Amino acid sequence: MSLLKYESQQREPLVDGDKDYHQVTEDIIGPIEMKPSRLWYIGFFISIGLLLFGVYSIYREVTYGIGQWNLNKTIGWGWDITNFVWWVGIGHAGTLISAILLLFRQGWRTGVNRAAEAMTIFAVMCAGQFPIWHMGRVWMAFFVLPYANSRGPLWVNFNSPLLWDVFAISTYFTVSLLFWYSGLLPDFATVRDRAKTKLRKMLYGVAAFGWTGSTKHWQRHESLSLVLAGLSTPLVLSVHTIVSFDFATSIVPGWHTTIFPPYFVAGAIFSGFAMVQTLLIVVRKVMNLKDYITLGHIEAMNKVIVLTGSIVGCAYLTELFIAWYGQNPYEWYAFSQNRANIFSPYGWSYWLMMFCNVVSPQLFWSRKLRRNITVTFFMSIIVNIGMWYERFVIIVTSVYRDYLPSSWSTYYSPSIYEIGFYLGTFGLFFTCFFLFAKYFPVIALAEIKSILKTTGENYKAKMTDIEKMDAEKFYIEEVEHAHGTAPAHAH
Amino acid sequence: MAGGIKKFVVGSFDDEAVLFPAVKNVRRAGYKIHDVYTPFPIHGLDHAMGIRETSIHTAGFIYAITGTTTALAFITWVFTKDWPLNIGGKPHFALPAWIPITFELTVLFSAIGMVLTFCYLCNLAPFVKKHHFHLRATDDLFVMAIECTDRTNETELESFLQNAGAKEVNIQIAETGWWIGRYDREQKLYSDEAGY
Repeated sequence: MSLLKYESQQREPLVDGDKDYHQVTEDIIGPIEMKPSRLWYIGFFISIGLLLFGVYSIYREVTYGIGQWNLNKTIGWGWDITNFVWWVGIGHAGTLISAILLLFRQGWRTGVNRAAEAMTIFAVMCAGQFPIWHMGRVWMAFFVLPYANSRGPLWVNFNSPLLWDVFAISTYFTVSLLFWYSGLLPDFATVRDRAKTKLRKMLYGVAAFGWTGSTKHWQRHESLSLVLAGLSTPLVLSVHTIVSFDFATSIVPGWHTTIFPPYFVAGAIFSGFAMVQTLLIVVRKVMNLKDYITLGHIEAMNKVIVLTGSIVGCAYLTELFIAWYGQNPYEWYAFSQNRANIFSPYGWSYWLMMFCNVVSPQLFWSRKLRRNITVTFFMSIIVNIGMWYERFVIIVTSVYRDYLPSSWSTYYSPSIYEIGFYLGTFGLFFTCFFLFAKYFPVIALAEIKSILKTTGENYKAKMTDIEKMDAEKFYIEEVEHAHGTAPAHAH
Repeated sequence: MAGGIKKFVVGSFDDEAVLFPAVKNVRRAGYKIHDVYTPFPIHGLDHAMGIRETSIHTAGFIYAITGTTTALAFITWVFTKDWPLNIGGKPHFALPAWIPITFELTVLFSAIGMVLTFCYLCNLAPFVKKHHFHLRATDDLFVMAIECTDRTNETELESFLQNAGAKEVNIQIAETGWWIGRYDREQKLYSDEAGY
């Protein structure tokens, strides 16, 4: 069995330190059972404060209308849709890590998938706010649902990318949530069975759904996870593809390009991994999980960042080239004047995007920088700023100068409530994340245990001896067999 | 719901490498393994115990094609029969434009259906309570519960398990199945005196 489960010594351990199964439980469940630190309270209440400001901004917007935002006829999609696409993009890393990397049998995903999936769910929750409140008359939001309404029944337009988006985002949210929660059940059971207080026994008992760890249940659980991963893989790719259709199927110069789906998906993974880095670097430090989220994990994610960042860079250059090569004067104007001309009103945002997304991630070709925590943290912020600007560039620079120069709107800047709404989603995101980090097992406990004996540091050391012994034995037997000196195998 | 009260000999192992031969020996000796409770999935244990493959993925496939047909049939009905809407002079039956929603509903039906099936088959729901043979079965122990029949010699079985490498061996009278309850309370379906 040791050979079947053997993992190459070339790979660095995924779990550092001298651990056994119980120690893993202690390390990961321990923080849940302690009182929250002062730092946690400070962070939590700052998040609540931001959330409340967001609620107030939405209150203003709902009461007085979309006029509370500085949108106008020309720029109908400004910060709001920029934020929507940004958050949805961030919400792509979690399911990518848990689904695609599961199918590719990437062992390192076990250390980070739980937190990344949580981040996905919270990010999609934030993203969903923007199109909903952008409707203005939000009490009409149910109009997007296909039901036999009293207006005919007049159905929704199934041919519209905006409706596809409704289906894509809600499916993505639901499936991610189911995937996440089914993985959480066994870990909640661990918390429940260790619980000392009555309240904790009850709450985690309810949350664990009566999980026992039966072999048959594990067998079904494994099968369920695998199929959900298989379903989520095309789902992840479909969601941002459909978001890109919101733009690509229109005939607005700058949006009407066939490169959008792969370009958006790569960008989404890029920004999602950057956000995972931002969060996990803090989590591993504060919760002392350095043995589980190792430098190897951070390096692996940085490799994804440099890959997807370069794909995004290729896409930027391709669309610029095609805009010129396509000989459509409007398309070329959008690219050469609205974006690439640094002296145009929003030219600065294009070059900021170029710098943050294309130039700066190239640092990660260096192994030394990939494994540097400070550089990684700093870069993860830079990438997320860059990716926000990417969406801003796509949306605002494509629409602010339309076909009628008299309606050009150069001086769009967000109102305080537009910014407040954005900050409010940060509040929502971090409130959820703080609660998650305190009350949920932030690392997939059962999954870490299942890879512990093949990839744990202390177990890998022992494996070298087994490997050597078996190889020598194997070699001797082979030699003897070849020369026929001894009956190596009794027949 | 509940399978009644039964008597079990329970052996707890702390190493999966010891557990595997133990499972084989116990089965070879003719004892009936009720279940083995483990803190994480152990590959091959289901085969060693003689449990058949799960067919939950087949259920997933059936839910998926249900989703596909639901989406296609519904949109076709809406746009060709119920309310044919002229959208830019394009055909009413605009199949390529319906692929995204069809795909999303395929995934949605399959995922929800499979998770519900999983919870149904494994009897998992909030406020469901079950007997736990060992609390550390979700931490670091592999707990084997062997069902006793009239002919089972319990002391013999206990020493058998000890020889097989079990760290702890005991006899438990337990309710099988599940019931509605909370984990902070002592709740059982039947009283302890019943039966044994």
